[in-house]
Amino acid sequence: MPFDVLDRYLRPLRHGRATSRYPAEAPDLSPASRGLPALDAAACDRSGSCAAVCPTGAIKLESDGWRLDAGSCLLCDACVAACPTGALGHTGEIELATRRRSDLVVLGEPPWAVEGGAAGKALAEARALADANALATAIDRRLGRSLHVRHLDAGSCNGCDWEMSALLNPYHDVTRFGVDFVASPRHADVLLVTGTMTRNLEEAAVRTYEAMPEPRLVVAVGACAIGGGVFAGSYAGRDGIGEVLPADVLIPGCPPRPEALIQGLLLLADRWVPRG
Amino acid sequence: MDETRAGACAQVPASGLAEAVGRSVAAGGRYAMLVGLDERSLGGAGLGLEAVLVGPGGDLERIRAAVPLDATGYPSITPLVPAAHWDEREARDLLGTVPVGHPDPRRLVLHERWPRGYHPLRKDVPVGARPPLADRRFAPFEVHGEGTYALPVGPIHAGIIEPGHFRFSAIGERVLHLDPRLFFAHRGLEKLAEGRPLAGATPLIERACGVCGVAHGVAWASAVEALTGTRAPARAAWARVLLAELERLYNHVGDLGSICAGIGFGSGAARLGLLRERLVRANDALVGHRYLAGIVVPGGLGRPLDAAALAALPGLVADIEAQVAAAVRSIVRSDGVMARLRTTGAVPAETAAALGATGVAARASGIDADLRRDRPYAAYAELDVSVATAASGDVAARFHVRAQEAAASARLVVEAARRLPVGEDRVPLGEARAGEVAIAGVEGPRGASWLWLRAGDAGTVDRVRLRSASFANWPLVAAAMPGNVVPDFPLINKSFELCYACTDR
Repeated sequence: MPFDVLDRYLRPLRHGRATSRYPAEAPDLSPASRGLPALDAAACDRSGSCAAVCPTGAIKLESDGWRLDAGSCLLCDACVAACPTGALGHTGEIELATRRRSDLVVLGEPPWAVEGGAAGKALAEARALADANALATAIDRRLGRSLHVRHLDAGSCNGCDWEMSALLNPYHDVTRFGVDFVASPRHADVLLVTGTMTRNLEEAAVRTYEAMPEPRLVVAVGACAIGGGVFAGSYAGRDGIGEVLPADVLIPGCPPRPEALIQGLLLLADRWVPRG
Repeated sequence: MDETRAGACAQVPASGLAEAVGRSVAAGGRYAMLVGLDERSLGGAGLGLEAVLVGPGGDLERIRAAVPLDATGYPSITPLVPAAHWDEREARDLLGTVPVGHPDPRRLVLHERWPRGYHPLRKDVPVGARPPLADRRFAPFEVHGEGTYALPVGPIHAGIIEPGHFRFSAIGERVLHLDPRLFFAHRGLEKLAEGRPLAGATPLIERACGVCGVAHGVAWASAVEALTGTRAPARAAWARVLLAELERLYNHVGDLGSICAGIGFGSGAARLGLLRERLVRANDALVGHRYLAGIVVPGGLGRPLDAAALAALPGLVADIEAQVAAAVRSIVRSDGVMARLRTTGAVPAETAAALGATGVAARASGIDADLRRDRPYAAYAELDVSVATAASGDVAARFHVRAQEAAASARLVVEAARRLPVGEDRVPLGEARAGEVAIAGVEGPRGASWLWLRAGDAGTVDRVRLRSASFANWPLVAAAMPGNVVPDFPLINKSFELCYACTDR
């Protein structure tokens, strides 16, 4: 029908811009959106209620303080609900990508700024410079305008993978940064790996990595890829991809939101600029 | 939820299990699942198998047999009831129950890197034990003869797709046979759950699948509530309907878009992809998670629903329903699109019934079944669930059924939001008695998902098995392929839209 064809072309003009302005603007989250919990150390009674309910053992109360491993954290807010004194607060902090596993361990007392990346509240304080085109600029400089990404599911629940798919919808539209998903590892600069690294997939995963041309980068996406997530300690695989593949950037979350994936790609391209 | 508490279980000798299941199916029973058990944790001597069926009146039938620990085995159920074929292979891999006379005795869950004789769900195997690597050869099923060739695809695919290996046997482009190989994402979920407190295993169970979390969560919560004699508050029951329909809606809208993507119809894929994004953002505003994790828990709701988001939900969902309908109309009017969907990937009703198809895949082949209506749970008994069916069993039929279900889900969301009672979100759980069993069936976005749960000592999990709708439907994808051309596989696969994660666990 001619009208339908016409409608398909005119629709975008009538409906205006569908795409988010992230990262120039903060991610458009709701008050309920769960992020990394924040601790008010002064109010903490050291009851350990938070550690007891954490489904992945991400929270530890040690003699020198309260620790949260953002790499294992599901951002589920179970600890916030369990805290008897209200010392643990809900935040919408989701831009948590770092370059090193150890940087994901967050100490109770803000600021939580860590070298090579940023986690938690410190990010808000450190936001100094807005650069709408940070990722585009970075990709332009480092990788000749385009970043070709290959998805590798190493045994996930499918959640991270669906968020990766969401990067290609018109709202997140990651192609605006020159990022595109490619069909073959031979065309890829970056491997975005989800899942725990199951035994049934390990050989295929390693061969996918080996098929990539140098220089090649690896991103561990989500709690499972970083440390096994809820599946840590299973007979069926490893606790994360780290024993098999070298991760250049780690993106926490269960699953990481599309904005968190974009932030991780930005960090990978060495140009993550916190907003002012 | 007394209907979830499993009723009496018929004991039969291992030699008579297949016959008993066959008799039940012949009498109009619908095969639901087979559960492999190690009875030694509860004082038994060896292994066990329990078949669960839904009788013609909707009641559950349980048939259990003791199976010896050695490799003597039992006569296979599959020759009589083909729907049991993957269940029997899975139980053999994970527990060592040997189905004698099974037509396809290859390994299913544990691939070549697993040593022989290693059965992780046996109780004498510790939870975290990782056995040494084995190195055997994979034996794919291929058709041989003049002009035939085999085309291996996967486990790593070209798109953002989960891992699976597909071995096509073809002449030219025409497919003769498809041998699908899954369980690459086998994460050992069921073993990890064993020994955990019933109240604490929820985050693990709902992560059987990132996009069927509410379906698994509701099944889990219902089963735990049945074992602990807990009655979830009315508000939680209605909220579960609301959440389950939101899950169905975003999945179906996304799947309609994926079918468009499967034939390279970009404008349809973009339009529906944007609507799906609006839906998952609405989920996030309501419960703080885009895929609705952490909200359905045993005893009720894990957190309150956001009041402002709840108030805005009916208007937003009605708007999306209208836009989905407009997008679907535009797609259906496109002859170029519909020509690709019609007659492609057809599954006849008899095949669908024999293989135990469920959900959209079954209803598109004319099987009128939906657990929301047939065995209502949560607050579904008070709702009129219209069940859409189609006769042709092809991609177009699955497209139409899914589109109608999406519209029906949107209306159910609006109604559930309107009728959501005020009251408490959650009640404390009672005590569970060791050895008791609860069985829950939930109609998720992909069909009926079954959960079998037995309590262990001190309120822990002794054994849990999840048999997802995707697990039931994967063999249908293989049955839909012969006679079609290889390049139509992505489209046919998308029209079923099955999860690998749900299946592999």
